[in-house]
Amino acid sequence: MADTVKLPEDSFKPMTADDRASLDSEKIAAPSLTFTQDAWRRLKKNKGAWVSLIILAIIFIMAFGSLFVSPHDPNAVHPSYANLPSKIPGVGINGFNGTLVQAGQRIDAYQQAGASGKAYIMGTDYLGRDLFSRVLYGTRISLIIALVATLFDLTIGVTYGMFSGWKGGRIDTFMQRVIEIILSIPNLVVIVLLILILKPGMTSIIIAIALTSWTNMARLVRAQTLELKEQEFILAAKTLGESPLKIAFKHLLPNLSSVIIINTMFTIPNAIFFEATLSYIGIGISSPQASLGTLLNDGQKNFQFLPYQMWWPALVLCIIMLAFNLLGDGLRDAFDPRTKE
Amino acid sequence: MAKYLAKRIFYLILTLFIVITVTFFLMKLLPGTPLTNQAKLSKSQIALIYQQYGLDKPVWQQYLLYIAGAVKGNFGTSFQFSDQPVSYLISSRIAQSLQIGLQAIILGVLVGVIIGAFGAMRQNSWVDTTSTIVSILGISIPSFVLAVLLQYYLGLKLGWFPIAEWGGFSYTVLPTLALAATPLAESARFVRTEMVDVLSSDYIELAKAKGLSRTGVIYHHALRNSLIPLITIVGPLAVNIMTGSMVVENIFSIPGIGEQFVKSVLTNDYPTIMGLTIVYSFMLCVVLLFTDILYGVVDPRIRLTGKAN
Amino acid sequence: MENENNVLEVRNLQVNFKTYAGDVKAIRNVSFDLRKGETLAIVGESGSGKSVTTRTIMGLNARNADIASGSIMYKGEDLLKKSDKDMEAIRGQDIAEIFQDPMTSLDPTMKIGRQIAEPLMVHKGMKKDKAWAQALEMMKLVGITDAENRINDYPHQFSGGMRQRIVIAIALINYPDVLIADEPTTALDVTIQAQILNLMKELQDKISTSIIFITHDLGVVAGMADRVAVMYAGKIVEYGTVDEIFYNPKHPYTWGLLSSMPTLDTGGDELPSIPGTPPDLLDPPTGDAFAARNAYALKIDTQQEPPFFKVSDTHYAATWLLHPDAPKVTPPAQIVARQQQYAEMNQELLAKQRTAGPVEEEEEQQ
Repeated sequence: MADTVKLPEDSFKPMTADDRASLDSEKIAAPSLTFTQDAWRRLKKNKGAWVSLIILAIIFIMAFGSLFVSPHDPNAVHPSYANLPSKIPGVGINGFNGTLVQAGQRIDAYQQAGASGKAYIMGTDYLGRDLFSRVLYGTRISLIIALVATLFDLTIGVTYGMFSGWKGGRIDTFMQRVIEIILSIPNLVVIVLLILILKPGMTSIIIAIALTSWTNMARLVRAQTLELKEQEFILAAKTLGESPLKIAFKHLLPNLSSVIIINTMFTIPNAIFFEATLSYIGIGISSPQASLGTLLNDGQKNFQFLPYQMWWPALVLCIIMLAFNLLGDGLRDAFDPRTKE
Repeated sequence: MAKYLAKRIFYLILTLFIVITVTFFLMKLLPGTPLTNQAKLSKSQIALIYQQYGLDKPVWQQYLLYIAGAVKGNFGTSFQFSDQPVSYLISSRIAQSLQIGLQAIILGVLVGVIIGAFGAMRQNSWVDTTSTIVSILGISIPSFVLAVLLQYYLGLKLGWFPIAEWGGFSYTVLPTLALAATPLAESARFVRTEMVDVLSSDYIELAKAKGLSRTGVIYHHALRNSLIPLITIVGPLAVNIMTGSMVVENIFSIPGIGEQFVKSVLTNDYPTIMGLTIVYSFMLCVVLLFTDILYGVVDPRIRLTGKAN
Repeated sequence: MENENNVLEVRNLQVNFKTYAGDVKAIRNVSFDLRKGETLAIVGESGSGKSVTTRTIMGLNARNADIASGSIMYKGEDLLKKSDKDMEAIRGQDIAEIFQDPMTSLDPTMKIGRQIAEPLMVHKGMKKDKAWAQALEMMKLVGITDAENRINDYPHQFSGGMRQRIVIAIALINYPDVLIADEPTTALDVTIQAQILNLMKELQDKISTSIIFITHDLGVVAGMADRVAVMYAGKIVEYGTVDEIFYNPKHPYTWGLLSSMPTLDTGGDELPSIPGTPPDLLDPPTGDAFAARNAYALKIDTQQEPPFFKVSDTHYAATWLLHPDAPKVTPPAQIVARQQQYAEMNQELLAKQRTAGPVEEEEEQQ
């Protein structure tokens, strides 16, 4: 068979140095990616996470942008415009056109209230406050509480976990016992107790949530630290006489970052949830301040007759939770090499 | 095993002791007495009431008395209902909460396991997508939002179930559903991840190499190995149910301890708050201990190392 | 079946894996036979496609595997055309497999008796008692001491060597025609390795099964195999009897493999190694995949894939060096020594058979 093919004349010359140079014996065709690049590529492929990121960005911009540009003052009371249903200009669908059913008849609530020219896209509440502005305001408060609490929780959790894992031995055992004790009381109970002592309000909610939710982060960070500290590069750094603090920041922290980022993505919605629950119960944010929880609580009272007053904040709350959870999932898949195809 | 058990029970008692101590002194920091809410009383009346609550003694004595009482299940008298001992308040309400909680956790975990397992078995199919959507929604929708929606649509509009109060099984349906969402979602997620992991393991490969059918592999090997670790999340799920019940019981006006806790918080009824805190952590500790022991019983690896130690 | 003596005939097998970066061509046109009662060793570096080959035979490839072409004939039927259900009936019954890592290949939560008995219950529909009795016999056969008491134990209660014996018991319980052993000793201590290898040989005689023995360790091959196929970058580059491969290798890759195997004579010198790394199978090079690492590479190696050149009836190698026009090259000294040893062995053999005439050898082809 080999003879039937016409081979070029110099076929059987040994390869020259030039030929050889053109052949890279270590050539890798797949583009080489760093860990972060690879994770980023996988995150981008995850549509859910990607869309969530965009939605969260929009919600953040709107919630914080409303500090400067808000359709209405969230606290401006217009008793005559009370309980107007949502009206989105140009949308004719019942439920979004400012009409409601009264005594079996669909009427234009705006006309009745003498506000024909106005349009509240989420409607108004029982005091005639613009619900859309209130939702933006409430979202901002909820996000601030969640983010600040998460920031504290991050600091406490990471420090505690790293210290516990790094020290090991008795200190570690003791520190883990402390976590176990904290975990043996339901979180919400602890939060409630703390808020009672600190007096209800935004600051005490932040402190209470931060003080109770760091345990999960601490456990994860500790487990990872225990694993990392056995590794050669840490040993090398130790042998080179680097100070523990430097090792922690230069070597441990970068390697813990994926665990920390992923867990943060689940801590934020948790904090939002706790805040909403507290406000819903009635020991969270109190009026005139508003959060998604208080808006839900207000809306729920009239849900039977004015369902939109609960639907809107509920929708926003669920979207935020959903987006954070999906983003967290996406990040976990992106960082976890086990799920790599 | 006996030694391990003894150690665990010792830790349980220690934990409860710490919880009692911490809550006691936290409550002492709080302003307010049983009298804050009452009309003006004469000095002698106040002294009488202080005596009734034991508030006339020094704090350390109150503490010791409280501990001594707590061991016997006596948590003092409620501030809110001055004629009722806290222990009675709790014992008359705990059954309802337990029933709803247990129903929710059983329903949630059962359905969650089925959804999660099917998702893992048909990875990336529509079944998997549905199971992922259900679980992510279950985690993202707070139970109180779900409770209100269920109450309105299934209860009020369709009239399938009673919307509030307590009185037989049909009254428990809606609160159970509202509470079951999170355990359902969490266990579906957990089982899916676990099962995907197990399905890619070497022993599953060997089971396939033995000629077992798909269902045989799943039923005999994959399921057991992915369900055993599920025991570890029962504790966190119990916490979730306890937290959720506080709001859900309120929405459905169920006379349970969750509703009582919220009421006590709003009326500064410290003895009841303390009593409930202790009861909550006791229940959680028992759940954690129980799941720990169960894990040892079910997983042969732990069972035997336990024996060896 | 092309040959009466063959249990398994693999022809022109091509398997690709779909990944985000493109298709990885893991198996590129592989053909080989497995004869009745023989042990065929497939040798190669990690990533050369050994395991994918066996997984394809078992029908256990990952989801993203795509069998582009080829056939695997067993008992006159193409395994690649069989339904999942039919493959289930063959796996563990006619074709069984032993896996690499005994520490992870047993179900941690199932009693080992049950695990060994499972293939009996699945394929023969045996009741539990009978299956366990046979499992017990098999445990004794594979040398598990105190089998009666240990049948109810769980895998973690056994050492690595014992676990691999259990895995072997599982594979052999149905007396399969074909046993695929995928690096069965790699994860074990050296002393245990020898025990397991001896056990496999012993059982092969008792059960009269054919073995495909996958390994990267040539040292193991020498004592185990009847024939050897050397794989490189998803292709078989040389195959022949164990003597032919060890003492008269023709492919430069086989030379490299043999030279990098430590022997007692290696002495204090540095062990030679093959420079470079295997090519990326996402984009296999044109011509001979080994060219870039081959010190003896010819110009044509970069242009055209070498066909198989016949060395003897049983020995073929895919290297242009065997082409009549190719320059004569001298293999590494160690290989030359091996070839001389082989020539002497053959001469003795031939002399014994009183065959007249000098023995022709070297650079004979087609």
